[in-house]
Amino acid sequence: MKSMYRFQHRNLLGIEQLSVSDIHLIFDTADVFREISTREIKKVPTLRGKSIVNLFYEPSIRTKTSFEIAAKRLSADALSLSVSDSSMVKGETLIDTARNLQAMNPDLIIIRHPCSGVPHLLAKYVEAGVVNAGDGMHEHPTQALLDLYTIKKKKGRIKGLQVVIIGDLAHSRVARSNIIGLRKMGSQVTVSGPPTMIPVRAESLGVKVVFDPAKALKGKDVIMLLRIQVERQSGMLLPGIREYSAFFGLNGDLIKGADKEAIIMHPGPINRGVEITSKAADGPYSVILDQVTNGVAIRMALLYLLIGGGKDDHLD
Amino acid sequence: MITWIKGGRVVDPRGMREKNLDIVIHKGKIDRLLPPGAFHPPRDSEIREVDASGMVVTPGLIDMHVHFREPGEEYKETIATGSKAAAAGGFTAVACMANTNPINDSRSVTDFIIERARRANLIRVYPVAAISKGMKSESLTEFGDLKQAGAVAVSDDGRPVINSELMRRALEYAAFFGLQVISHCQDLDLSNRGVMHEGAISTKLGLRGIPAASEEVMVAREIILAKLTGCPVHIAHVSAEGSVALIRQAKEQGIPVTAETAPHYFSLDHSAVMDFDTNAKMYPPLREPKDVEAVKRGLSEGIIDVIATDHAPHSELEKDVEFDKAAFGIIGLETSLPLTLQLVRDGVMDLPSAIAKLSYNPASILRVKGGTIEEGKEADLTVIDLNKEYVVRKEAFKSKSHNSPFIGWNMKGKAIFTMVGGRIVWISDERNPRC
Repeated sequence: MKSMYRFQHRNLLGIEQLSVSDIHLIFDTADVFREISTREIKKVPTLRGKSIVNLFYEPSIRTKTSFEIAAKRLSADALSLSVSDSSMVKGETLIDTARNLQAMNPDLIIIRHPCSGVPHLLAKYVEAGVVNAGDGMHEHPTQALLDLYTIKKKKGRIKGLQVVIIGDLAHSRVARSNIIGLRKMGSQVTVSGPPTMIPVRAESLGVKVVFDPAKALKGKDVIMLLRIQVERQSGMLLPGIREYSAFFGLNGDLIKGADKEAIIMHPGPINRGVEITSKAADGPYSVILDQVTNGVAIRMALLYLLIGGGKDDHLD
Repeated sequence: MITWIKGGRVVDPRGMREKNLDIVIHKGKIDRLLPPGAFHPPRDSEIREVDASGMVVTPGLIDMHVHFREPGEEYKETIATGSKAAAAGGFTAVACMANTNPINDSRSVTDFIIERARRANLIRVYPVAAISKGMKSESLTEFGDLKQAGAVAVSDDGRPVINSELMRRALEYAAFFGLQVISHCQDLDLSNRGVMHEGAISTKLGLRGIPAASEEVMVAREIILAKLTGCPVHIAHVSAEGSVALIRQAKEQGIPVTAETAPHYFSLDHSAVMDFDTNAKMYPPLREPKDVEAVKRGLSEGIIDVIATDHAPHSELEKDVEFDKAAFGIIGLETSLPLTLQLVRDGVMDLPSAIAKLSYNPASILRVKGGTIEEGKEADLTVIDLNKEYVVRKEAFKSKSHNSPFIGWNMKGKAIFTMVGGRIVWISDERNPRC
C-alpha cells in the first residue's frame, strides 16, 4: 500500500479517536481489500500467524460473521466466544476474563458488550489491541466506518451531504458513531423520531433535531434508519410498534420528499413493516446489502492497519 | 494533666468569632479560653503543650453523613478504620447511615455500632437508624427504642422512602422523640436505572441518565410534607440547581427544612465521568456546571446548612468493573476539609461560615454536643494548617477503601491535630506534637 499517511492506533475504541486522514486511509485500504472478496480464492496470507479473539457478550450475527470472514480472508486465526460459553455467567469479572485472554497472547480482541465503555476498560488491562464492535449505547465504530464508506461509494463524496437519521437515537450506538463520523467528514446531520427516543441535549452532538420524519427527510441525500428494538419496548417510550410504523416508519410516500437520488441505509437487522416497509427496503433507493458487503472490506482494512504491521506486500 | 493549645487563631462558628486565644483543657473539657500570654500554668501540674502557632483551632468537625459498612461489609470499611479516616480528616464525630447488613433498623444493631465505636475509641460515632423496617418503605422502625439505644436520626439513606404516607408519619413520629429525619431524595422511576447525570455527557457516552428532576421531585415532596406536619426534615446530599431553589423558597416560607451537600458537588461536574471513571459515579450524580454554581450559591447564602461527605467506601470489586455495574459512591472524610477550604479561598464563604457547616450546624441539626469552643464544653477540637499543601495519594488514605476521584489533586489545608474529649486522636505525620 502506497500511502504517505500511517495509521497510528493500537485500538479502535470509537470513531471519536479517528482523524479525517485516518478515515481516508481506512477507505483507501478497504478499496484494495474489496477486490479480494470477489476472487475465486478469497484468501491472502497477510495476517498469517496472527490470532484474533471475537468476544461477544451480546448476540450478533452480522457483525460477528463480518469480523470472522474478514479475519479468515486475511489468514488470521480467529476465534469467536459468545456470551453462552463465556465465563460471564460463571461470575468472572470482565478484568479477569481480559487477563486470562491476555495470558494466551492474542494480537487483537474484538469486543461487543451491553455496557458502554467496556472496550475502554478492557484496553487498560490487555496488551492486545482492542476493537469496539459495539458497546452499550455508546459507539459502534466499524458500523459507522462501513456506513461512511458506503455513502462515499454511492454518492462519490461525504462532505456537504445532508443526512437524516431516523429512529431510536437515544439507545443507538450506531447513531452516535455515525453522527461523530459524518460530522468529521463534513456532512450535515438531522435526527428524527419520537421525542421519547431522541436523547436529551441532542443538539450538543452537533445535529439538528426535527421530530417529524416527513419534514426531517425533505431534500436529504442519505436516509439512515435505525432498528427499533421491538423486544425491548416496555410501553414507556412508545405505545406500540403499530403506532411507530404509522407515524415514523419509512414508506413509499415519505421517500418522495427526499432528494431524488437519495439512498436508504439500515444497519440491520431490519424489522420489515416497522421502521421500513418491505417495498422501501427492497426498492431502488436501498443500499442495505451494499453496507454488508462493504462491512467485510472495512473490517479487513482495519485488521490490517491495526495488526498487519503496515507491510507493502500484503497482496502478494 | 492539663493540655495547653498555644498560639492558635480560634474560629468559633457560634457568633462567627475569630480570635487569637490559648485553650486550656482539663479533664476532657475546655477549662479556660484566654488571650495569648495570659495563661501561667500552675507549677506542680503536668502540662502538655500543643503548638498551634500559625494555625487555626476550630470546634471538632462533624460529618453527619457517612457509611462505615459495619456490620456486613467490613472488607470496605469498619467502624475502626472509618474512625481513623475521620480523625485524619479533622473529624471528631460522624453520623453513620443505616444501610449496613443487617440494616440498622433495630436496637441490637444500634447497640452493636455503639459498642464497636467504643472499642475503636477514637471519635464519636452517632448511629442513624432506618426509617422503615428493612428499608422497604412499608412500616416504621421503633424510633423510641432506637433513640434510647443512641440513634440521633432516622434515614433510609441509599434508598428513598417511596411511600409518601410513610414519610409523613415518620416526620410526625420522629419529631415526638426528637429524632432528625434525613431524606435521600430520589424518584426511582425517574432515575430509571440511570448511572450518571442526564445531560450532554450522558448523551455523548451513551450512559443511562438520571435527570435532576429525579432529586427535585422528592425534595419538593419532603418540603410539602414538612409543611403539612410542621416537623423538620433534613435533605441529604443536595446536588441540583432546582433542589437549591426549592429549599430556598421553603426556608423563606419558614418551613422547617435543612440541607446538606457534599464536597464533590461543589468541586466536580459531570465531565469527570468522561473516561468512564467509576470513581466519578455516585448518587446523586455529578451534575452540570450550573448546578455546581447553584450549590456554591446555596452554601454562600445559607440555603445549604451543612457540608457532609456521604463517605461511601467501596473496594476494587465494586469499582474496577463496567461503569453500568459499578457501585455508587466515593470516600470523602479525608478530602472534605481541603475542598471546603478551597471555597473559602475562592470567596464563596468566609472561614467561620465554612467551619459552621462542618461543625456547629450539623451539631444543631442532630442535637449532639460540639460545634462551639466555649469554656465548660467538651474539648472536641481540630487544629488546621490552612497553608499546608500536598497531593492526595491513594496509599495515604486511612480509610480501608480508596475510591476517590480526588487522587492526584493538589490540596491546600490539612488537619494537624484532632482532639476528642481532650484526647489527641490524630497528629499529622509530619508534625512533632512537642507534648
